[in-house]
Amino acid sequence: MAVTTQPVQTERPATGRVTATGTRVTRWLAVACWLGAGWLLLAGLVLSPPDVVQGDSVRIMYAHVPSAWIAYLAFVVTAVSSAAYLWPRTRSLTWDRIAGASAEVGVLFMGITLVTGMLWGRITWGVFWQWDPRLTTTAFLFVTFAGYLAVRGLGGSHEQRARRSAILGLLAVVEIPLVHFSVVLWRSLHQEASVLNPNGDVQLDGFMLFTLFTGVLVFTLFYLWLVLHRQRVLWLQDHHDDSGLDEALSARRAEEGTP
Amino acid sequence: MWRVARLVAAKDLRIEWRSRVVTNQVVPFAVLVLVMFAFALDVESVLQRVAPGLVWLAVMFSQFFLVQRAFAVETSDGALDALRVAGVDPAGVFLGKALALMAQLASLVILLLVGAVLLYRAEIRADGLVLLVTAACSATAGLAAVGTLYGGLTAGAKGRETLLPLLLAPVVAPVLIAAARATEAALGTAGTALGDGWPWVGVLATFAVAFGVVGTVAFGPLIEE
Repeated sequence: MAVTTQPVQTERPATGRVTATGTRVTRWLAVACWLGAGWLLLAGLVLSPPDVVQGDSVRIMYAHVPSAWIAYLAFVVTAVSSAAYLWPRTRSLTWDRIAGASAEVGVLFMGITLVTGMLWGRITWGVFWQWDPRLTTTAFLFVTFAGYLAVRGLGGSHEQRARRSAILGLLAVVEIPLVHFSVVLWRSLHQEASVLNPNGDVQLDGFMLFTLFTGVLVFTLFYLWLVLHRQRVLWLQDHHDDSGLDEALSARRAEEGTP
Repeated sequence: MWRVARLVAAKDLRIEWRSRVVTNQVVPFAVLVLVMFAFALDVESVLQRVAPGLVWLAVMFSQFFLVQRAFAVETSDGALDALRVAGVDPAGVFLGKALALMAQLASLVILLLVGAVLLYRAEIRADGLVLLVTAACSATAGLAAVGTLYGGLTAGAKGRETLLPLLLAPVVAPVLIAAARATEAALGTAGTALGDGWPWVGVLATFAVAFGVVGTVAFGPLIEE
């Protein structure tokens, strides 16, 4: 989707003035996002029944599970875009910007996942944190992609940034399974670890399941919306870095009336 | 490739041997970390219990400095660019730097294990020696590979002193877990059986091979800027 809208945005700065990063597609997407969010709030907080065991705290699930899903989706998109950048035939800075935008949104949703998960864990398990493989791997993903964003901010040419971060984005694909596997092995050798499945003990009735799927859908729409805008902003930033000074100079000269 | 690797490794080790930065600064720092842990944790029975973990934690901290040092040598006079101009195989450079780093890390591990025996009352068993040596070798190989890779990634960038630990710490977490558990088994800490250590050596070896291969492939594109 982000790729198909690329021609629209490449033409924009040629007109000289860019006042917004929105297009018709993203405006409709925004409407869908906010309508969906309204419905999700209503369904999640009012219409859906409290859980038999957990009571009202189960409602955290409608934000927690979708944000975790988005975070993982975002990091997969980052990895795929990184690979697409490194592949010579598809090499384009667009892939790099999609990777960056997706990682930023991913870190945001991973943060939401961790915070909501901790709150939920405190209510249902009595503790904020369990050294459970899934939780630990999630935390490592968060730190890894925070590092990825730091590397993107290192400076240098756009190509330098793109290659560096693309390699780093793919390294995470090697790293995360290794982290996950070693944490699984670590916890399985420690007998005191009673791994609690955050969702396994929840009895989902039909409407709760429906609300959960609505949540996943709405969060995915938000993800698309944010990534589309963000990669356009990144494009504008790159464009500004490349030719901002030249454009400012020619604008100034035009004012002076000198060629 | 291996000839280049040997030459680069020999060059790095010679630089370290002559400049004495590692022996005069990094090694004393690592030992100091062991002493600081003792201050922080206070109880001697606790120290004995957590000695293997502390040894590897001290190795991890020292690794940050060693990696930074390994690439400061390359970037300060544009030596990395000179190597590229000379048409040297980047895979060879990667392997050479990793080998040199591994040699430094391995001597550090030996030193810290002796430190743990002296300061934390850890006991090295004769029958756990094979496990200990295998685990230490595969762990240092993995740390060296991943350290060289991320060192190359941040080489020459502004703010790399603070960025490198942020990038490297999450990646070396499996090594920290596996090496500490394997060492516990080798030393028999808290009654751990010797056989419990071998699966961890598998993790360490997988890690070393994975990042060794990835590093050999990715180092070229990484430094051609």
